[in-house]
Formats: sequence, structure tokens, C-alpha cells
Amino acid sequence: MTQSNRTYPEPSINMETEAYWAAAKEGRFLLKKCNACGETHYYPRAICPYCLSSETEWYEASGTGTIYTYSVMRRGDTRYAIAYVTLDEGITMMTNIVDCDLDTLAIGQAVEVTFKPTEGGQALPVFRPV
Amino acid sequence: MSRSSKAYIAGVYEHPTRKAVDKTIPQLHAEVALGALQDAGLSKEDVDGYFCASDAPGLGGMSMAEYMGLDVVYTDTTETGGSSYVVHVGHAVNAIAMGKCSVALVTLAGRPRAEGVATLGSRDYGNALPDLGFELPYGPVITNQYGMAAMRHMYEYGTTSEQLAWIKVAASQHAQHNEHAVLRDVVTVEDVVNSPMISDPLHRLDCCVISDGGGALVIVSPEIAATLGDRCTKILGHGEAIKHLKSGQVDLTYTGAVKSGSIAFEEAGISPADIDYVSIYDSFTITVLETLEDLGFCEKGQGGKFVSDGNLISGVGKLPFNTDGGGLCNNHPSNRGGMTKVIEAVRQLRGEAHPKVQVPDCTLALAHGTGGSIATRMGSSTVILGRNDA
Ligand SMILES: [Zn+2]
Repeated sequence: MTQSNRTYPEPSINMETEAYWAAAKEGRFLLKKCNACGETHYYPRAICPYCLSSETEWYEASGTGTIYTYSVMRRGDTRYAIAYVTLDEGITMMTNIVDCDLDTLAIGQAVEVTFKPTEGGQALPVFRPV
Repeated sequence: MSRSSKAYIAGVYEHPTRKAVDKTIPQLHAEVALGALQDAGLSKEDVDGYFCASDAPGLGGMSMAEYMGLDVVYTDTTETGGSSYVVHVGHAVNAIAMGKCSVALVTLAGRPRAEGVATLGSRDYGNALPDLGFELPYGPVITNQYGMAAMRHMYEYGTTSEQLAWIKVAASQHAQHNEHAVLRDVVTVEDVVNSPMISDPLHRLDCCVISDGGGALVIVSPEIAATLGDRCTKILGHGEAIKHLKSGQVDLTYTGAVKSGSIAFEEAGISPADIDYVSIYDSFTITVLETLEDLGFCEKGQGGKFVSDGNLISGVGKLPFNTDGGGLCNNHPSNRGGMTKVIEAVRQLRGEAHPKVQVPDCTLALAHGTGGSIATRMGSSTVILGRNDA
């Protein structure tokens, strides 16, 4: 079995993160940076974890990066690859690697963002090999 | 030489059950409390401080204090997952040194096996937590998170599955002598690497057991310890630290033990070379490997070489570890292994470990807990303990 059979649970969304998820539904991948200190952080918050400024701002990210690490779950009905991907913007995020032969994954592999529908109709940013 | 100690571990108890179908969680807490108090030669009426974590039912420590009929004037319910009880040891020392209490009771109990709670499923801590929307949809379970840490460690340092397997082999060599251990069969490196792959690169035998039960500690002031005899164990140093994903600057090749260990060693005034025995939290083999590096028992990246060829086996290697069989073979009550790490270290320092695994002239020991997840947020805690005459 492959990841294509997998159903994605609904993310929890709140006031701080609704813009991220609304953009994902439109196929846009956002990150948040701080206008006070200039740093991009992840996961996105209203308050910058580097300097605690509230001058944080969404921006559309490149959506490209490389696999920092991964693990293919081989128990259960559906195999899937969890991973951390390091984005070109310098942050590393938890995600899934999809639409590929999971046995060919490698650390350092180039990947790009794509979106998968969740059970409740939200779009979830995931990554696939370039 | 005789080192000064602000508090002593006077009593320890590990519940013998590994599957508690006919007992409630409060009942298990009370049974381990009684066991540790009897071990110390104290009674319930002597307890004036109570320490527990979120495995204790109710709000903080209040419900369990009522259930057990404790009359306490100090409580600490610090929650750092499976390392909570190692944290509690350090906090009890502080409370005793400040004169806030003189007999501190720490309890842990749970029954995940009887309740059929596998650790495979995602843990939903509720939508109020800020991180979960960015993690839970991706299916992080305990095994694939630790798998990601192992995968990166292998990539950066050339660590192999065979090297990780040696950690399980050592645990199984010890567990064969523990009549209470869930898994008592001795296994080989081949057995481990040929066991079913759960989540790359971790095999079934890289994972700890699921078990019911619990344990308790009684920590007392030096004045009380002086009346209880030489089974009291010195607490020489303690450190704790929280490590998380650092706003996206992720590094899964080290743990919070880097900080908790150096703080504990500095407080104890000793170095890793002085340690005769270690209890290292072993939720997975990779947890042990990274922790040993982080505590300074070998250089970063050399953990694979360090654990190989039986180096962790009592009577064989240079650093005997988890002589009760650890979480990998013996017991991981409530999916929280910090308590049993402290208990086996105390057994070693008293000379009360199983004769087949007892470290000769064991004078200084270290116990380390890792709570939460090595691949997201973890609470690390280290204690350094000494024999009564250390
Ligand atoms: Zn900032």
C-alpha cells in the first residue's frame, strides 16, 4: 500500500494560524517572519519566539527545500513517510513526503510543497521529490 | 571520602506487576507508596511532601493525597513526561534543603497494557496547544519520531542498526536475571536487526515494552537519613532542561541531556569517568545512544562504537547500564521510564541488584530520564547518586 490511500486528519486552527490554512486552501504556502528582528520562525505564531515582538507578518514562501530526516512507518494499513524538511528560508518543519516510491527517499533530497485534502476539506501542505 | 548530600533516597519500590487488570491506577499509586515507605522504614504519617506527575488521577497531587490519606505541606507536580520523577528527585532535594519538607514521597503508576493503550497512536493533547495543528496531521507517533532521530544520527555519524542493536542485547543480558521482566529471553544483534521493521530504521526490538505498574521513592533530610541506616543513598547532583524545536532550527542528533548532564556533574563535582553504573532512559535504542553521548560518556557521534561489543553489559563492558533490563526488556510503567531508572541505580548503590548483574563496589551512579519526544519537545533530567559512604 502507498501513501495515496492515507486520510489526513484535520489540523487544529485558531486565530493565530487561520491565515496559514486559508492560504493553503488556495494552494499558497505561507511562513511568518518578524519585522522587528527579521527572523523567520516555525510553527507560525502571533508573537516572534526570537524577540517576543508582535510585529510578525505572513509571506509567501518558496515552497522548496531538502529532506533533513524521514522515517517510513511500516506498521498499520497504510505506509507513509513522516519527515522534517529544511526550507530554503532556513526553517525546518515536520511534514509528509508524498507521491513517490517511499523506498527511494534520502536525506538531502530536493522536495517541493504540494497540498493534500484533509478529512474535513482543509488543504495540508506536504512535500514531494522535485 | 565522604561527600555532603542535602538529601537522601531512603526508600524505593518497583511494583512487581506488569499487567494490572484487577487494580485501579489510584490503588497502584498507594501500593507503590506503601512499598517505598516500608523499604525506608517510615510510615505514611512521616510524609510531609508529595510529588507526582499527570499519571496521578485528579488535579495535581490533591486527589491522590486524599486517596492515600496523606497530610502534606509541600507538593510538586512538575510534568516532563517520563522524566518527571527524575525531576522530582531534584526538586525534593531543593525543598528539603529549604526546610519546606523532610520526607518527600514520589509516586508513579499506570496501566496502559490492561487498558489496551498502544503507543502507536497519536496523542491528542487538545486543540489549545499551539504546535499540534502543524504536527498531528502528519501522523507523528512515538516510533516514527524516534525513527527520524535515528535516521539523522546515522546520516551524520555513520551509526548502524547493528550498533543500536547492541543496546538491546545488553538489556536482554540483564533482564534474563529479573524474574519480573516482561522480556527475559537473551537476544543477539542478528535477532534485533531481523525483527520486523516498525518505522525506519527502528525494528520491533529497538522499542521498549508496554507495561503496567509503577514505582515510588522516599527522599529524606540528612537528619532523618542518619536514623535510617546505611541503605540511604546520597543525592549528589541534579540537572534538568527542556529542549524543543527552537523556532524551526531543528537538530535531532542531541537531547536535553547535554544541559541536564553537565549541570548534574558540576553540582556533584565529578566527571563521567567516575561513574560506576548508569540507568539511561531507553524508550528506544537510539534514546540511549544519543543520551550517552550527550552526558559525555563518549564523544558526539561515537555512541555507536561506544555501545558495541557488550560495553554496556555488567561484568563484560566498561559501563554497565540498566541492569534490571530497563524499559527495553523489564518495565516501562505508564509509558514513563524515569522512575525505574532511579530505582535500579539505588539498588546498585545498596548492593541489592541481582547478584549476576551487581556492579562490584558500586559507589557512584547516574540515572537519566527523557520525557516527551526526542523529535519534538523533551524534558531531560539527570541525577547523580552516591553510596551511603561515597
Ligand atoms: Zn523577532
